[in-house]
Amino acid sequence: MKGLFTLAFKLLVNDRGKFAALIIGITFAMFLMVQLTSIFAGILQKASANIINLGARVWIMDPAVNNPLNSIPLPDTVLAAVRSIDGVAYAVPVYSGASLVKLNNGTYQPVTVIGLDDTTLVGRPQLLEGKIEDIYGENAFIVIKDQEYVKLGNPTLGTTFELNDHRGVIVGIAQVTTSGLFGMPTLYTTYGRAIQYIPTQRFTAAYILVEPKSEADIPHIKAQVAALGYLALTKEEFIHRVSNYYKFQTGVGTNILIMTVTSFLVGLSISGQTFYTFVLENLDKFGALKAIGAKNRELIYMILFQAGFTGLTGYGLGVGLSSLLINIAVRKVPGYAGTITFFNLGLALMMLLIIVCFSSYIAARKIIRVEPFEIFRG
Amino acid sequence: MAAVAIQAENLDKWFGEGEARTYAVRQVNFTVPFGQMFYIVGPSGSGKTTLLSMISGILRPNGGRVVVAGEDIWRLSPDALATFRLHTLGFVFQDYHLFPRLTTLENVAIPLILQRWEWSKAMAAAQEMLAVVGLQDRGELRPMQLSGGEQQRVAIARALVAKPTIIVFDEPTASLDGATGKMIIGFVKHDILNDHRCILIVTHDNRIFPYADQMLHMEDGAVVKLDTGGSLEK
Repeated sequence: MKGLFTLAFKLLVNDRGKFAALIIGITFAMFLMVQLTSIFAGILQKASANIINLGARVWIMDPAVNNPLNSIPLPDTVLAAVRSIDGVAYAVPVYSGASLVKLNNGTYQPVTVIGLDDTTLVGRPQLLEGKIEDIYGENAFIVIKDQEYVKLGNPTLGTTFELNDHRGVIVGIAQVTTSGLFGMPTLYTTYGRAIQYIPTQRFTAAYILVEPKSEADIPHIKAQVAALGYLALTKEEFIHRVSNYYKFQTGVGTNILIMTVTSFLVGLSISGQTFYTFVLENLDKFGALKAIGAKNRELIYMILFQAGFTGLTGYGLGVGLSSLLINIAVRKVPGYAGTITFFNLGLALMMLLIIVCFSSYIAARKIIRVEPFEIFRG
Repeated sequence: MAAVAIQAENLDKWFGEGEARTYAVRQVNFTVPFGQMFYIVGPSGSGKTTLLSMISGILRPNGGRVVVAGEDIWRLSPDALATFRLHTLGFVFQDYHLFPRLTTLENVAIPLILQRWEWSKAMAAAQEMLAVVGLQDRGELRPMQLSGGEQQRVAIARALVAKPTIIVFDEPTASLDGATGKMIIGFVKHDILNDHRCILIVTHDNRIFPYADQMLHMEDGAVVKLDTGGSLEK
């Protein structure tokens, strides 16, 4: 079989024009598919940034909440009720909102403000500079050093700003796992200071973060919270809910899907057409091979090998090119949302397999149908 | 080794059914022993290509049987028949059907590759066969870089490389000038044919008729005359 594959390989690569067209077509299609799905994965990850960064195992919210930006404030009675549920180790409120910061140069910059529970500071970020206890100091804020950090003028410890006519001072510089989707810098402070500085509604807690005593307690907690008329979700469920929101309730998912399908169709049509032309041009030769004694399945193996080799080469080049571009973009472009996940790679590989199978099928069908008798008839 | 190379008995082939049925070959019988050059001749549409296809195990007859090298070939399964062709028959097609993207050497080695030979061994055997047909220094060239006569010899080398006992030529001189055609057939007669081989040629080129040991004349799908050694000498 190795000899047959060598023969198939030489037939493929020696036709340099078609081979180049196939490789370029599939590489381009794979590049687009991986790029687009990676951007979507990046968007979803950034959309769930607060959930990932705060890291609570169970989140309690109003049932109408479907993404972290549109939280609906919860009454304090809910916090008290949750704390009384069996299986809850602790429950704390968290504030999440947006505001405008006036920088020392007089410009305004929108920011996301996270208010951590004053007592426990549950969900605090990992500090790079400063001490966590300084958050209790007067007007204290911790700034997150991510891609948006420069928008605050690269603040250092002691840098001051105004937030809603209140003075603010940077007492810590921290890092988080994921930065937000909308390109806004993030400031952390205490819950008490957040609701004092930023105008709020009657209720103030965006979410209640719960630590269950054990995994087994989670279903009970969820049931009890549901009985109160609210929704309790695990971290993973909340991320999934946010993903679903962006996939199905905004145009983002649909548009990315359309572009991905377009890339797939480009790859499919280039590969299918080129393979079909390749087989058509050599149809008499394949007929001659059948007359000599080649079996249909051997010719199909050859076609599958050619399609598989071309496909995997194009896949490797496409993924490599996409990874390179995403890597550069993440370093150089602020707020770039692109992350390659195994799911992206698997999805692109699955689409590639469809392209390979389709191309092989239309080529093999032609070869199976050719009658060696036709060779004698010229 | 069977003494009879090819035996055709009551071969029938028709196309279409009912009133549309048209006979391409009707009740053909002949026997070819090993060591002979057997010609099937006749005008276009006489059924000689159809007959050749049935004898070669490529086109299934509607009636009759074909025994090649002792094997009743149309009793074999399609896969077994393909394997039989690969090991027993060598084909030289009218248009040669060489792969333009492969070298001459690789084209010659194809039957060995199909027989699952190792690539390097197949190439070595193909090189030896190119030497037999006088093209030992043309192995790395592409078919398009060769003359018509050289391409013909490459096709012959490909037909011979797996050492088949029966070689089938379809209009071997159709694309060649008279001198080259005679030179090729002379080469086949004197250097390829032996007591363990049989050469089957379909042609309507009367310039190469003198090389035949037997000649089957066909017209409208039927045998009109079988020239044997004695009658050919006349």
